[in-house]
Amino acid sequence: MPPLARWLSRRLALTLLVLWGAATLAFVGMRLVPGDPARVIAGGVQAHATPEVLDAIRERYGLREPIVVQYAVFLGRLARADLGESYQLNQSVGGVVLEQLGATAALAAGAALLGFALALTLALLTAGRPRARALSRAVEFCAISTPNFWIGILLLTVFSFHLRWFPVLGDDGVAALVLPWVALALPIAGVLSQVTREGLERALDQPFALTARSRGATENRIRLRHALRHAALPVLTLSGWALGELLAGVVVVETVFARQGVGQVVVAAVNGRDFPVVTGVVVLAALCFSLINTGLDLLYRVVDPRMRQAAL
Amino acid sequence: MTGAAPAEPLLAVERLSVDFTTRQGVVRAVRDVSLSLRAGECLAVVGESGSGKSVTARALLGLAGRTADVRAEILSFEGRDLRRLSPGQWRKLRGRRAGYVLQDALTSLDPLRRVGDEVAEPLEVHGLASRDTLDEQVIELLAEAGVPDADVRYLQYPHELSGGLRQRALIASAIAARPSLLVADEPTTALDVTVQAQVLDLLKGMKDAGTAVLLISHDLAVVARLADHIAILYGGMVVERGPAAALLAAPAHPYAVDLLAAVPSLDGPVTEPPALRSAPPAETGCPYAPRCSLADDRCAAELPTPVPYGPDRMVRCWRPVTDETGRRPRPAPPAQPAPARGRAVVTVRGVTKRFRSPDASWRTAVDDVSFDLMAGEALGLVGESGSGKSTTARIVLAEFEPDAGSVLLDGQAWSGLRERDRRARRSRVQLIDQDPLSSFDPRFTVERVIAEALPGRSRGDAARRGGRDRVVELLGEVGLDAGLLGRRPGQLSGGQRQRVAIARALAPNPEVIVCDEPVSALDVTVQAQILALLARLRREVGVSLLFISHDLGVVRQVCDRVAVMKDGAVVEIGEIDTVFRSPRAAYTRALLAAVPRIDAGPAAGKLASAMDLKGPT
Repeated sequence: MPPLARWLSRRLALTLLVLWGAATLAFVGMRLVPGDPARVIAGGVQAHATPEVLDAIRERYGLREPIVVQYAVFLGRLARADLGESYQLNQSVGGVVLEQLGATAALAAGAALLGFALALTLALLTAGRPRARALSRAVEFCAISTPNFWIGILLLTVFSFHLRWFPVLGDDGVAALVLPWVALALPIAGVLSQVTREGLERALDQPFALTARSRGATENRIRLRHALRHAALPVLTLSGWALGELLAGVVVVETVFARQGVGQVVVAAVNGRDFPVVTGVVVLAALCFSLINTGLDLLYRVVDPRMRQAAL
Repeated sequence: MTGAAPAEPLLAVERLSVDFTTRQGVVRAVRDVSLSLRAGECLAVVGESGSGKSVTARALLGLAGRTADVRAEILSFEGRDLRRLSPGQWRKLRGRRAGYVLQDALTSLDPLRRVGDEVAEPLEVHGLASRDTLDEQVIELLAEAGVPDADVRYLQYPHELSGGLRQRALIASAIAARPSLLVADEPTTALDVTVQAQVLDLLKGMKDAGTAVLLISHDLAVVARLADHIAILYGGMVVERGPAAALLAAPAHPYAVDLLAAVPSLDGPVTEPPALRSAPPAETGCPYAPRCSLADDRCAAELPTPVPYGPDRMVRCWRPVTDETGRRPRPAPPAQPAPARGRAVVTVRGVTKRFRSPDASWRTAVDDVSFDLMAGEALGLVGESGSGKSTTARIVLAEFEPDAGSVLLDGQAWSGLRERDRRARRSRVQLIDQDPLSSFDPRFTVERVIAEALPGRSRGDAARRGGRDRVVELLGEVGLDAGLLGRRPGQLSGGQRQRVAIARALAPNPEVIVCDEPVSALDVTVQAQILALLARLRREVGVSLLFISHDLGVVRQVCDRVAVMKDGAVVEIGEIDTVFRSPRAAYTRALLAAVPRIDAGPAAGKLASAMDLKGPT
């Protein structure tokens, strides 16, 4: 088997392990939460379900089986990519999530793009320029230390209520996406821009940058053609973290902007103890995370030719 | 350099000074430097680290940096006043009219870009190639710089090329736009001697083709091969300048004399290295005064003015050396007591070591190597990089287990043991590394670095319970005073660090010290001091040395016997004089022939008189 295929298959095995771990943790976590699942399914603790109804529910969802059997059944379904039925929505978990995935993906992907673009621009403009750097660092620290929801609320107050540039709520089109994108992107951009700038500055200090200058290359050329690639390595390392932040931020931002999406589904499911939905989303998030990180590791090898020879 | 055609110099520098403003104040890196260089000539700027030679080179290319304040009375190149250039004009000049080759091609070529892209950069930047012909031009340039299989190499990355090929690629990129001036800053320092010779030949070819070469180096022997003129820098000033042959034959400045004397030679008697004092350049008076054996009160108080000294020569000294005052032949060292060759301390028998390459193939680093290291002997291990000498050293240190063969220490098994069984005897074999800075804990003081190696003490208590006396004694043995006890490694000079490393190696009273390139990171005058120290310690302490070096001259200074390694195998082993005078292996001959010598190159003919002067009398 060629090394790359061997590496990929190993990564795949690792991904499966991660999925199993995430699913197990979610399963255990939801079972540790106090409360009778049957009552949740019957409409919550306040609802007055008769013992017969509860019994019927337990029978139907297999809740009377020993926990080990329930776990085995759960894993068996998972292996067939069946995430189960929602307790409350009368829909398969897969269906629920798929329905909302588009909106969330648009939000997350847009925010990621915006975050990276902001970070790169800021870093390229301020690297090695002490005054610009000081100013930029101050702004970045503000962005990093302000929570998403607060940025969201500020943005809404200024741009929707006062200036009326963007709609306050709703899902209609790109206009409604702009403020959520910004709210999600700012904290990520703050961190990534610092890392990118540090990488750029380190690269600009290297002898090869001096050599490039000695060839008559312009400052822009040195930054874009030489230093940026070197700065990309630490940024790639942090990208995995940034995407995790993004997934967490989506939940908050969807709530603040009252948007449809997987985040909202999770919030509703956690509040309503809708175990299968929570578990399903956790497993999907883990899958997403694993795939993205595998992709990032592949990107490393594209950016740094020295990695291609390194042991896989 | 007939002097008959006083053509307008290509590069003229009068009274160049470069100051750097730092938080600690103004650093005067270059002071009052005047140089000139004609087309087709080579001017060598020689000095030790911190002498301002690299800063001078960079100032000529407008690359001294933003914190630099560059001033000069004349700074002209191709008839243009460089002092008035705008940043854009500088860019048009760099790479196009003047090329720049930096020292270490591994870091001077962008490791993330293909070699071809790097070579092509000047052509792209200056619009000298169309897209269609770019590849062809690059391949041609690489071939011209002596890169074989250029059409394959130009698609590779720097790390896939050997050091010599990388340096050639770097030179190819510097000459891509056919500049009239090539500035080469230590272009051969990191290279093996045979590769070094090839690169120097390449530069010589460019010089002969009419390119002016400004060669920056710390090594007079390297420079002798190529330079028509030499300027010697000390403390940011040109202390002596003149035609290469005349200057090398009879240096006038005491520093130039010391520098020349410090170059370990391959022939002639092994002489005691001069007892050089080490001190930083003085701020007032002559910068060399603190180290100069001829200095008097005037030297310490008043900066000498440059005075003419013979035809076309200048020296900045109140008391230039004449034959009577300074250029005496050096005394031979006290005769080495013939080491008692009775007992082998280390016995290496048929040792082989293989490593797994990244592409999963096996590479034999050490191939069936056998030798004995006798008590009190110094055995040199020479070879080029990749010859397996360092791996052999690591096997003797029992850091690596040999795949085949065995190592004995004092006749007892040393390889093939469990670490637990070896630990008690570990202190008998010590190591001195090339770069002691990385082998010291940067947070330790000098005292702690050495005390840690003292035998039979728990580490923390060593300082408190009389360990200090022993540490001070060890420092004394290596020529350092007790004032350094509280310093940290980062606050020491390169030579001081290496002395501390030697003191640490001596601390447990070892029988064997493995020296892995102990002086290759040092300036040549410091190198001479360290070599003298090692030779003295061997006489006095009677420790055996396994001395690894790529530098044959250095090995000759210290060792009794030498083993020459190539591709993991020992190709020749014998008494050092025998091997150097009548080498049997073809490889040894090639290695010896490639070593740069002061009496080679353009200066060769004129140096005959100098040899009489320096020879044994």
